[in-house]
Amino acid sequence: MSNQVIGYLVVFGTFAAFMYIAFSTRAKKADDFYVAGRRIKPLWNGMAVGADWMSAASFISMAGAIAALGYDGLAYIMGWTGGYVVLTLVLAPYLRKFGKYTAPDFIGDRYESQTARAVAIICAITISFTYCVAQVAGAGIIMGRLMGLPMKVAIAIGIVIVVASTVMGGMKSITWTQCAQYIVLIVGYLIPVTALCIKMYGHPLPQLAYGDLLQKIIAKERELNITPLYIEPFTKMSMADMWVLTLVLMIGTAGLPHIMMRFFTTPSVRDARYSAGWALIFIGALYITAPAYAAFQKYVVLYDVIGKPIAQLPEWVAAWGKVGLLKIKDAIELGGNGDGILQFKELDLHRDIVVLSMPEIAQLPYIVSALVAAGGLAAAISTADGLLMVIAAAISHDLYYKMINPNASEATRVYLGKSLIGAFAIIAGIVAAGNIGFIVQIVAWAFSLAAASFFPAIVMGVFDKRTNAYGAGIGMIGGLLITLLYILGVKFGWPVKITPIAGIKDQGAGLFGMAFNFLSCIIISRLTPPPSEKIMDLVDHLRYPKKLTDAHD
Amino acid sequence: MVSAEKEDIKRRLEEYHKKNVAYIIVLLIIWFIVSLGGILVVKGLNEFTFLGFPFGYYLGAQLSIIVFIIEIFVYAKLMDNLDKKYGFYED
Repeated sequence: MSNQVIGYLVVFGTFAAFMYIAFSTRAKKADDFYVAGRRIKPLWNGMAVGADWMSAASFISMAGAIAALGYDGLAYIMGWTGGYVVLTLVLAPYLRKFGKYTAPDFIGDRYESQTARAVAIICAITISFTYCVAQVAGAGIIMGRLMGLPMKVAIAIGIVIVVASTVMGGMKSITWTQCAQYIVLIVGYLIPVTALCIKMYGHPLPQLAYGDLLQKIIAKERELNITPLYIEPFTKMSMADMWVLTLVLMIGTAGLPHIMMRFFTTPSVRDARYSAGWALIFIGALYITAPAYAAFQKYVVLYDVIGKPIAQLPEWVAAWGKVGLLKIKDAIELGGNGDGILQFKELDLHRDIVVLSMPEIAQLPYIVSALVAAGGLAAAISTADGLLMVIAAAISHDLYYKMINPNASEATRVYLGKSLIGAFAIIAGIVAAGNIGFIVQIVAWAFSLAAASFFPAIVMGVFDKRTNAYGAGIGMIGGLLITLLYILGVKFGWPVKITPIAGIKDQGAGLFGMAFNFLSCIIISRLTPPPSEKIMDLVDHLRYPKKLTDAHD
Repeated sequence: MVSAEKEDIKRRLEEYHKKNVAYIIVLLIIWFIVSLGGILVVKGLNEFTFLGFPFGYYLGAQLSIIVFIIEIFVYAKLMDNLDKKYGFYED
């Protein structure tokens, strides 16, 4: 069987499985459509959160980012996992106890304000849509590179799969397809690097083996006079920049609407706590492996590629050079010294190559490359599913039902939600097929926007009874504006030029908006009338799990 | 509802919430030390080797995540006990 046939069989085989699962979990009721009937047990919800969370970028680009950034790149590892501790301690259990459908629901009800609800809806849609476009584009890139499909065809296939696994059952079918997608993505991620580890060390734990590799990398770098060393901290970011980035990624993770939404689906508050723990185990499996990937790649490059005559480089170098993920700049006109030997400075690696080239580096059969492709696609599709669900819920539930037509029937709302998923998937596909450079950039800012908007308003809504609509409303709007101004000012010098404070770049902008939002919740709330008695009772009600025979329950 | 019963729920809730917040603060301090604290002292920690890794790097790349996972399950367990003690446990 030719490689291409194997590739199609593996990838379309997994697609067929996802669609079968989606088809057998259709939903008609609003509860099924928005929160999967609140019947998802912790282990399964944790697994679904894992697939929901791990995006195309986590799968194909993160290990490469760590290889390029060294220690500084661990900001992504700590940030995107540490966020789950914050989520478990101060958000997830309370959102579950609140027991409605969405984050804007919480904001609108807790602050008794349609303005606050509207701000939350806008934040949810903006964050989720840009993020979703990046997933669709990611699916296109993976199919393009690994299966040789034209980008537009690949995107169209991606859209069909996303819509098929979302539209029939909303959150209910998303949950079960995400569980299947998690398994496909983690298998695809772990096999290549584990196989290489077995070849080199005789055991299947690359996560433990790469300590030795780091020492070998340091030794080789010293020998070749490469500075700064790979593990040397703060060479690509200042300490303050890395610190703030880590913090903003943590808080942003906890504040992303598609992650919060998954915690509405558990049967109880108690299950919400445990499912966050399971989620982090499933996520940690990939995040603990990513730096190992980076180290294996770095080792192979330093020992098998650098210093070798260009004519005798390993086969995978030429193969990925053709796709444009790797450039050899030995020729004098490309800035090299033209001696026919590859120097460290003459090799230009694209971030995505670290994961994508591993099956060939480890000399594994083509079916492993096909599994990597299937895994990357599962990562992209599962995240896109969750994001489309947020958009559909924000419009059909929060905007239409809660603000425009409170008499809308359940069937109408579910029908509207399903139509919106289809519509937004197609729009995301059209945008992704265009120029996506800017979209990828916006995704990096999504965490800042989430940290500056949702997070403070929800946390203060639970832990500070005195926080009212004025404090939270001004906090969210001001927090967003400050974050946007800092991003634009640092990145584009528009509308006002901003010199980075303490070296904090645009990705860490959320720090300032978040600080403003918290201060506004505390100070402006206390300068304005307190929330009503009803809201004080609601906050009490959020703080304990069990339903008591109380006015609210 | 009788007001005595309501008072009792209110008192239990306040105590319960205070203890919950105390747990949260302790766990957030640990969360801070292993991640954001580790970044501040990484150069010093890299002087030590752990399982073959420079320790500062290991903390950021692996140990912090393991601690995060343990923290979440510890919190869930602590809250189970607290829920039971104050009569807020769900089956």
